[in-house]
Amino acid sequence: MLRPALELKPRALAHASRILLFALTALAIAHHGSAQDTPLISGGVGFFTSTNGGSTSYYPIIEPLLAAPLGQHVLVESRAALLEFYSPNGGDQPGYDHSHFIGITYLQGDYVASSHLTVVAGDFLIPFNTYNDRLSPIWIGNFQDGPLIANLNFSSSGSGLGGMLRGNAIQRSKYSIDYNYYYSARSANEQFSASRGSGGRAVVYLPEQRLEVGFSYDRLLQGTHENFYGAHVWWEPKDTGFRLRSEFGRGQHAQGYWVEADYRTHAFGGPDSAIGRIEPVFRIQQAFRLDTVASDGLPAANTQRADFGIDYNLPHNTRIITSYARQFSATGNQNIWETGIVYRFLFPAWKGKQQ
Amino acid sequence: MSTKHFVSGVLILASVSALAFAAQQNSRPEIATTKKSAAQKQAARPQDDGERVFKQNCSRCHTAPEGFSPSISGTIVRHMRVRAGLSQHNEEALLHFFNP
Repeated sequence: MLRPALELKPRALAHASRILLFALTALAIAHHGSAQDTPLISGGVGFFTSTNGGSTSYYPIIEPLLAAPLGQHVLVESRAALLEFYSPNGGDQPGYDHSHFIGITYLQGDYVASSHLTVVAGDFLIPFNTYNDRLSPIWIGNFQDGPLIANLNFSSSGSGLGGMLRGNAIQRSKYSIDYNYYYSARSANEQFSASRGSGGRAVVYLPEQRLEVGFSYDRLLQGTHENFYGAHVWWEPKDTGFRLRSEFGRGQHAQGYWVEADYRTHAFGGPDSAIGRIEPVFRIQQAFRLDTVASDGLPAANTQRADFGIDYNLPHNTRIITSYARQFSATGNQNIWETGIVYRFLFPAWKGKQQ
Repeated sequence: MSTKHFVSGVLILASVSALAFAAQQNSRPEIATTKKSAAQKQAARPQDDGERVFKQNCSRCHTAPEGFSPSISGTIVRHMRVRAGLSQHNEEALLHFFNP
């Protein structure tokens, strides 16, 4: 999922320049770290197509991520999205129109205070349910599109501007419990827009069963205060290559869920064989409006959608993503065909010290 | 109409689950027959611990990258500590896994 980005304007460029300057300063300071703590540049670069109702749109995209440790306890990290979007001209006009976008997805500083507590400050992805902060990078998602309820939380931008406490509350061999609590201030800044709100998530993980269950809650604290609830269940049975992920979200005006499964066979030579690299993926989802107030990112009418995909995991961190989706809605049924290729990169920001 | 689609979706999910279990059952005898000496197990323990941490935490969201420079292993581990809520013990095990 892409966070709402903006068109390149002089003011936006000035903001981007300041952020770049900040990042370079962080990199310069981080240069004095240990031999294994060289700042890294990671992320994904991809090319996607989407065909809906006979018209095909194209967009090349790059999502770079910077992570720079400062000393023994601090990490500065940021992700951005830069894309060019080509779509057919409407009506009877031939040819394509295009627009370009650039946006900071998040920019945060993390202070590892103890084994159980990390303090986060800055512009952060809201950890409501799982998609927004865990599955949204283009090199992670099984589908090109995020789920319908991906934006169902107190901030439509998907990010908060403020602080967060997070960490591992309990770690046992049979189970572990993670938590986070966050507060966001209201911001109308172009790059760091956010709503005032707060919330948290608690996750229980059972390592033997490879089962994860989590609950999310947040509350909008501006205008008409609204509550949002979420729950998720992930199950990834050991040594099978099968993953089942599901999520439910409910807001003041809408609710929905998605269930996604993917599988990479361990037979026929293992997951890195020619056949093992094939990854069938499936997702079913429904979104329901509870009233006519469409203040969230969900569709204006009740919607059901099923996605069927085949991904192929090529060597060298490259992945082909293809899918067909059938969407049913009172506003019209649609067939959506999507293809794309993503390359994941990961390298040091510069040549590190010798160990 | 939507109920039919929902039922179809659940059936497909059940089929995929059955396939996954079949694969798991097939792989078990191979695991059972793989015997290591006590010395080998002792030597492999820290590495296994780090691999376990990787599979139980990092792999929940994403697959492993196909190699990276050792000079960024500490940065990756710290990033994962924040993102995945790793304990200090798991952080050290993961770092050892990346730099055996």
